[in-house]
Amino acid sequence: MKLSIEDVVYVADLARLEFNDDELKIYCEQLTNILDYAEKLNELDTTNTQPTAHVLPINNVLREDIVLPSLDREKALQNAPSQENGCFKVPKVID
Amino acid sequence: MELFNLTIHETIELINKKEVSYKDVVENYLNRIDKVEDKVGSILKIMGEQSLKSACALDEKGVKAEGLMGIPYGLKDNISTDGVETTCASKMLANYIPPYNATVVEKLQKSGSIIIAKTNMDEFAMGSSTENSRFKKTHNPWNLDKVPGGSSGGSAASVAAGEVAFSLGSDTGGSIRQPASFCGVVGLKPTYGMVSRYGLIAFASSLDQIGPLTKDVKDCAIVLNAISGHDEKDSTSVKTQTKDYTSNLSKEIKGIKIGVPKEYFQEGLNEEVKKSVEDAIDYYKEMGAEIIPTSLPYTEYALSAYYIISSAEASSNLARYDGIRYGYQAENFDNLIDLYRKTRSEGFGEEVKRRIMLGTYALSSGYYDAYYKKALQVRTLIKEDFDKVFKTCDIILSPTCPTTAFGLGEKSNDPLAMYLSDIYTVPVNISGIPAISIPCGFDKNNLPIGLQLIGRPFEEEVLLKVGYSFEQGTDYHKKRASI
Repeated sequence: MKLSIEDVVYVADLARLEFNDDELKIYCEQLTNILDYAEKLNELDTTNTQPTAHVLPINNVLREDIVLPSLDREKALQNAPSQENGCFKVPKVID
Repeated sequence: MELFNLTIHETIELINKKEVSYKDVVENYLNRIDKVEDKVGSILKIMGEQSLKSACALDEKGVKAEGLMGIPYGLKDNISTDGVETTCASKMLANYIPPYNATVVEKLQKSGSIIIAKTNMDEFAMGSSTENSRFKKTHNPWNLDKVPGGSSGGSAASVAAGEVAFSLGSDTGGSIRQPASFCGVVGLKPTYGMVSRYGLIAFASSLDQIGPLTKDVKDCAIVLNAISGHDEKDSTSVKTQTKDYTSNLSKEIKGIKIGVPKEYFQEGLNEEVKKSVEDAIDYYKEMGAEIIPTSLPYTEYALSAYYIISSAEASSNLARYDGIRYGYQAENFDNLIDLYRKTRSEGFGEEVKRRIMLGTYALSSGYYDAYYKKALQVRTLIKEDFDKVFKTCDIILSPTCPTTAFGLGEKSNDPLAMYLSDIYTVPVNISGIPAISIPCGFDKNNLPIGLQLIGRPFEEEVLLKVGYSFEQGTDYHKKRASI
């Protein structure tokens, strides 16, 4: 599967990443190589095979609905690059 | 005899005999760090003052030495420590200070062991050589021109160099066992769900598991005792019976059935590695084990499936790094989307971005079925391979890696070649089962070789017993890097 530069730009946009032209070229080549390697999976017929997303037979782990202590506001905000009035501060979203 | 060369159980014995104090032990390791860290580079943060204080407190109280009491350890820098930087060796988290402890850190604290270092790693645990760290290179203590393996390279090298008595790493596709093999130490990836992942910064959640790196198998059992068990804060942790993993260790393994899968001994396996592993098989034969030639036919598909699944999960897990709540934030940006883009492009290193791209592609509309779903289906086949073999075998034996440690810089420009280093370790993560790497020889350049033992889910005690037996008949685990 040969990726085009446009494919890489599209995926980068989905991933919220940006690359310069040189990087795009390198990623294009490397991702193509890795995907070529992954093509190997298509040698296998998996029509009747269930996918395994998770190895353990655990489902719907529930606990009693009891209020437990959570992080206080100060601690939750201690790593925020930008904060104001006890809230995370983000750039303006709507003009 | 220098204290830093001793195992945990030997150290505990000395403290009990009052031959050394808790302070002596921590001091000895700190001095050792002082002496060799410039050469090894396995540590991102040394916690000297705090650790000495903890040791002195134990001396003052006259606490009885047992288990891990007073034993200094290193923690991979993707495991959260309350109030202490936890960077994932990434610019993205360079100044991140977790507001809570990982469950394993709490458990180790309860056991009385003392954290003395946060160890280097591949950025976000993505890599097989620790060269992807954004902060420093780690060197293999056996040969400083070689990589320590990865991604828990700092954890493995620090144990091998005697900078810490043991360490914790995380293993997503071999990240404990491969560096353990390269550095000549013992490394265990427990069954998925055995050890709480709460506070482990996520890479691929269905594959990640925390485990110990130690100087011998008995130490590994001691650490596993301390860190395993159900945790309400991790909904994938399993309610298992509490066991004492040291109680079952013996040389006697007569009648145990050891499967040897032919797919792990084919092209690409270094001859010297092969010879050492075959010697190990001979040892077990002599000890009365039943050696069963077996087959895991889907092995050759494991690496492809692994890179699709782990990258897909990573792309989703790492979406949280947006520059808003914690972590790096780009300085100049025009709007919110631009802030995300610049923050992520500047904050993540090359390999991390490559995996996010691969994962995003595999999950994107039109390719989801072809790549991600396909990989999950192949995951089922690989898991069934193991289930079948474990009907007739108690454990499976293989090399941990196809080669010994490779040179620094040797594979850093070829991602695919780097990935191939994990070819014998990834099937274990895909299947969620436990495996241990123990030293089983040296190549002609005196680089360590690792033997991998793979077990049934939640049968760590069998792995530890069979590994312990090997140590009783050999002395590879007693060799120390002369640095």
